[in-house]
Amino acid sequence: MDKTQNNKAWFLVLPVLVIVAFSAILPLMTVVNYALNDTFGNNEFFWVGLEWFEEMVTSDRLHEALGRQILFSAIILAIEVPLGIYIALNMPKKGFWASVCLVLMALPLLIPFNVVGTIWQIFGRVDIGLLGHYLAEFGIDYNYTNDPLDAWITVIVMDVWHWTSLVALLCYAGLQSIPQAYYQAARVDQASRWAVFRYIELPKMAGVLLIAVLLRFMDSFMIYTEPFVVTGGGPGNSTTFLSIDLVKMAIGQFDLGPAAAFSIMYFLVILLVSWVFYTVMTNLDKEEGK
Amino acid sequence: MAQITLKNLAHSYHANPRGEQDFALKEMDHVWQDGGAYALLGSSGCGKTTLLNIISGLLRPSQGRVLFGNTDVTDAETAERNIAQVFQFPVVYDTMTVRDNLAFPLRNRGMDAAYIQSRVAQIAAMIGMDHILDRKARGLTADAKQKISLGRGMVREDVNAILFDEPLTVIDPHMKWELRTQLKQLHREFGHTMIYVTHDQTEALTFADKVVVMYDGRVVQMGTPEELFETPAHTFVGYFIGSPGMNLFPADIRGSTAHLQGAAVPLGAAYGPITGRTQIGIRPEYAVLTEGDGVPITIRRVEDVGRHRIIRGEVAGQPMNVIAPEGMPVGASLTHVRFTPDRVNVYADDWRVAPAGGAV
Repeated sequence: MDKTQNNKAWFLVLPVLVIVAFSAILPLMTVVNYALNDTFGNNEFFWVGLEWFEEMVTSDRLHEALGRQILFSAIILAIEVPLGIYIALNMPKKGFWASVCLVLMALPLLIPFNVVGTIWQIFGRVDIGLLGHYLAEFGIDYNYTNDPLDAWITVIVMDVWHWTSLVALLCYAGLQSIPQAYYQAARVDQASRWAVFRYIELPKMAGVLLIAVLLRFMDSFMIYTEPFVVTGGGPGNSTTFLSIDLVKMAIGQFDLGPAAAFSIMYFLVILLVSWVFYTVMTNLDKEEGK
Repeated sequence: MAQITLKNLAHSYHANPRGEQDFALKEMDHVWQDGGAYALLGSSGCGKTTLLNIISGLLRPSQGRVLFGNTDVTDAETAERNIAQVFQFPVVYDTMTVRDNLAFPLRNRGMDAAYIQSRVAQIAAMIGMDHILDRKARGLTADAKQKISLGRGMVREDVNAILFDEPLTVIDPHMKWELRTQLKQLHREFGHTMIYVTHDQTEALTFADKVVVMYDGRVVQMGTPEELFETPAHTFVGYFIGSPGMNLFPADIRGSTAHLQGAAVPLGAAYGPITGRTQIGIRPEYAVLTEGDGVPITIRRVEDVGRHRIIRGEVAGQPMNVIAPEGMPVGASLTHVRFTPDRVNVYADDWRVAPAGGAV
């Protein structure tokens, strides 16, 4: 069959290209410019090559922030994914309460990030916060402003509170798409509850779960606002994650060169990890199909 | 294995049914013989699947009891009833191999490994999947998946009954025939009670010893294929079984004659006085076109379907189908149609009326 080739159609893509160029490519190139030059203001740039990159790669400060970041993402994934699945499995499937649950679950997702931070910042304060005050009343020594462990617990609990809903809602959608006949067949086959989960629910949820893990990983790896509002990265540097460190460097110290080099590497790391995640998980999927 | 008895059974999907129209299944009493092969036939939405799910325990009836043998199982879980069921769309455990899929119901009941292996091999050979036992079920065609579902339904030997809910809908026609034959053979071999839901009359008539026709939440007739064909108990059975279905005409019945718009049709037997809306039903197979004997017919169209022809016409203002044998010339001289008297059934308010003499 002959298809008419009309290359003029490419012009229709042009507006998108222009918009993307202005919104993404040009800003990114500005960062590249800063990463390869040193500047003392007045738009005067001196070429330094890869010097900033070398400095950043060998920086202990960056290594520590990266370590904290990986630990944080690992912990919240380990909590949010199983908890989200558990919640999704126990949510009502239909009727009035299903709607109530959905709305309640969606609420934390709708709250702006800095408001979430503020809520937990106040909630956890020992002097006026509901949580902080009562923990102190019960004799529990809790203070996120001077105890690194307490700060970590607060930041993690906050993230779990904020984002578990996302995992739960995605899993819930996956579960809802399972035809009733599967559960009926399982009853006829006398499958145990665990077998139903392992062989029916989990395989059917795998697709959405992949998306949930990917989204949660990327978001947690780039987290900035909430911990910044609650702890400001402290006490000391104990909750200074990569984004917080980056902002401190770029805007606090005005080290634009190193910060730009840092940004580029950060961006590439996220891109790389997400790609690895995606490839590994889709390959798993394909292998199972063989 | 056991005889299945339904006592005063009825089901409504409404929490508080307000009248008969709210019931998906109207009150019924039926006995399904142990070892019988039944087909449950009816159009979509008539309650076939509801009835099946009540028997298997996936659904609890709103009223009445279900008995297996002498045991009341109305409140028993599906697993306790020891029933196998195959669904309309393939249900396979995607991440398991074909072998594990077939072994699943046996393993869940803690059967011995050696037995499972031999039984799975036997079933796999039967459904023609012995060469792909170690493949994952995911990625197989719908056909193959449905065969696995069928295999899983048949893998247990000690079940009380095997229920099939339109299991061959997704299977290609030639495979359908093969699988149906295998089911039939399996039935002969093991003597399980089998209930087979379908809306395809050929499927029902070839599979079953007894066909149960359902209409609007009611079982309208339970009988052999021959009974359904010769003496449909309800006009729906007449219309639904046969291709084309039975012709129906409003008529006045007086003794052994039916009067339809001036023409008189002789009946095979005498009828007493009948109340309600009376109709006569005649199968297209039992009507013959003639050159002046019988009732006048206006022929509209002739369809040649190969082994016979279907003549579409009009009698007494009602559409009428006649089946003419291959080779019989159909010409303008054929102006009348004669009904074989003892094949004419009489209906009052859609239900068949037995002749006064008691014959037939």
